[in-house]
Amino acid sequence: MKKAFDIIESTCVPLPLANVDTDQIIPARFLKATTRDESFFGENLFRDWRFRPDGTPVKDFVLNDPRYGGEILVAGRNFGSGSSREHAAWAIAGYGFRVVISSFFADIHRNNELNNFVLPVTVSEPFLEELFASIAADPSMKVRVDVPNQTVTNLATGRSEVFELNSYKKYCLMHALDDIDYLLSRKGSIEAYEKGHEVCWK
Amino acid sequence: MNTLFDKIWDSHVVESIKDGPQQIYIDRLYCHEVTSPQAFEGLRRRGISPLRPEKIFCMPDHNTPTHDQDKPIADPVGAKQVNTLAANAKEFSLNHFGMMDPRNGIIHVVGPERGLSLPGMTIVCGDSHTSTHGAVGAVAFGIGTSEVEMVLASQCILQQKPLSMRISVEGELKPGVTAKDIALFLMEKLTTGGATGYFVEYAGSAVRGLSMEGRLTLCNLSIEMGARGGFIAPDETTFAYLKGKEYAPKGEDWDKAVEYWKTLRSGDDAVFDREVVFDAADIEPMITYGTNPGMGTAITGRVPLLEEIPEEGRKSFLKSLDYMGFKPGDKLLGKPVDYVFLGACTNGRLEDFQAFASVVKGRRKALGITAWLVPGSWEVWKSVRAEGLDKVLAEAGFEIRQPGCSACLAMNDDKVPAGKYCVSTSNRNFEGRQGPGARTLLASPLTAAAAAVTGVITDPREL
Repeated sequence: MKKAFDIIESTCVPLPLANVDTDQIIPARFLKATTRDESFFGENLFRDWRFRPDGTPVKDFVLNDPRYGGEILVAGRNFGSGSSREHAAWAIAGYGFRVVISSFFADIHRNNELNNFVLPVTVSEPFLEELFASIAADPSMKVRVDVPNQTVTNLATGRSEVFELNSYKKYCLMHALDDIDYLLSRKGSIEAYEKGHEVCWK
Repeated sequence: MNTLFDKIWDSHVVESIKDGPQQIYIDRLYCHEVTSPQAFEGLRRRGISPLRPEKIFCMPDHNTPTHDQDKPIADPVGAKQVNTLAANAKEFSLNHFGMMDPRNGIIHVVGPERGLSLPGMTIVCGDSHTSTHGAVGAVAFGIGTSEVEMVLASQCILQQKPLSMRISVEGELKPGVTAKDIALFLMEKLTTGGATGYFVEYAGSAVRGLSMEGRLTLCNLSIEMGARGGFIAPDETTFAYLKGKEYAPKGEDWDKAVEYWKTLRSGDDAVFDREVVFDAADIEPMITYGTNPGMGTAITGRVPLLEEIPEEGRKSFLKSLDYMGFKPGDKLLGKPVDYVFLGACTNGRLEDFQAFASVVKGRRKALGITAWLVPGSWEVWKSVRAEGLDKVLAEAGFEIRQPGCSACLAMNDDKVPAGKYCVSTSNRNFEGRQGPGARTLLASPLTAAAAAVTGVITDPREL
């Protein structure tokens, strides 16, 4: 939580599936917590893909494959669709990922990641395909995510891309500040807005 | 430009941050028990209280059992979440409709039916189906828990303005085709990520012709195309629905409000970032066969062949069919069904019960079918009884349960067992959504009813 971003160089965990929804990231039965205990959510990340109903690990699921590890999750197109549950972002953060790379993120989940200091990096489809191929060829290959310069580099091939991140969010990530800190400083403007927009029916 | 979305959004901008998001004022925040506790915890950690408690309405719906609600919840973890919401509402002086309160129900059913969701408003909730409230002509969207905390703290949220998209469905719907079928059709055509980044305005004569309840169903499913939200410009149907509702304006205020609400429409010169038009006559009763809501087909259709799926999607497609126990090319009609679920914020309203009852009337629930009929709120429960539908349903072998989200996401006891097939009027057929290993087929209340009395996937028009 709230760890400032700069440059991250890490091996990757590949999940080359499209449309991974938040019900898969963290099934609903794990949403009953009333606290934000990230380690609990992290332990149950991708629970039903990772473990059988009796709790034994599913050997060929990537999180159980000792060849793969690191701070970067690489996922197929349309990652995080479905339910708005922020628990999905907590699970990803709790497991230890700081970056998720995909060619496309669902809106709400993308915001949830950003609000939990997990950086969603959107790359082109060819970049993603090449990255999956690089990881398959050598699981120890690394990716460099340079937040100040907004670049992501496949260090196996040297291919690099610029990713989108608005300068406000970038500032927040690099200084470990959240939106609420900002909003609490804007009380005057909120009250001024309310005065200018009074209506009888709200 | 000059879309209704622009008008509502822009009039709620408190400030725009340079090279960053906009600070948007929120008129209504709804909180349920699952996505709010950590937001309240955050307020306490910061030592602050909600800025505008009167604009915030809380109610438990996800964990509520659908029977014996007058007794304590058996599951201690679920009970704790429900009790935590009540305690948070009390601590911070927020409106709270607790279990057994006649106003309780699924938050997205209760908001519109109480007149809490009104045209021109900005509405948020820590729940992706908040898009439902767009049916009254509001900009309503789901948010994460950190964002719930933002709104609690400041009645504002920081957001990038989404792009605008208009989806028009023109012409007349065929008999037996409902709002649910329109939505499943749109998802099939546009895919589950097809509207990501957009806020959708639904338009066209087929949409205008929908009742308010049908509009709520359509807007509910906006998120399943990836859209942030979806709405329908308010019109006489909207005003007639809202008039007299508990929290709707009254008397002179009502007249003033309607006068303003009538201005809430996209200009004739409005320019959308994306525009698509469909012909209502192309829509058949729909059903899904896969594990995302975009994997649907006309009920008379079949599962696609592998070669009909783009190369990069084949791995996910086969994984999905494997989960469902289907093969490429399978016909759907006649496939056996084990469970039927009528309810959820998608189809848990009076009209949905009327539709279901119209099919099962004079018939019997098929042997081997377990059916859960769960009204979206106590108000719906009351109306179902007032219309005598409970008797029609009882004669056909169906019982009505108590309101809540229920088997839509199986956070309470209503879980579909592994490997069983459930024709469900809910919104998601994701793996494990209705219980670990459960196989969900999304459809309309008519199609669910047809399956309930025949025990197999059946075209409701054939009954």
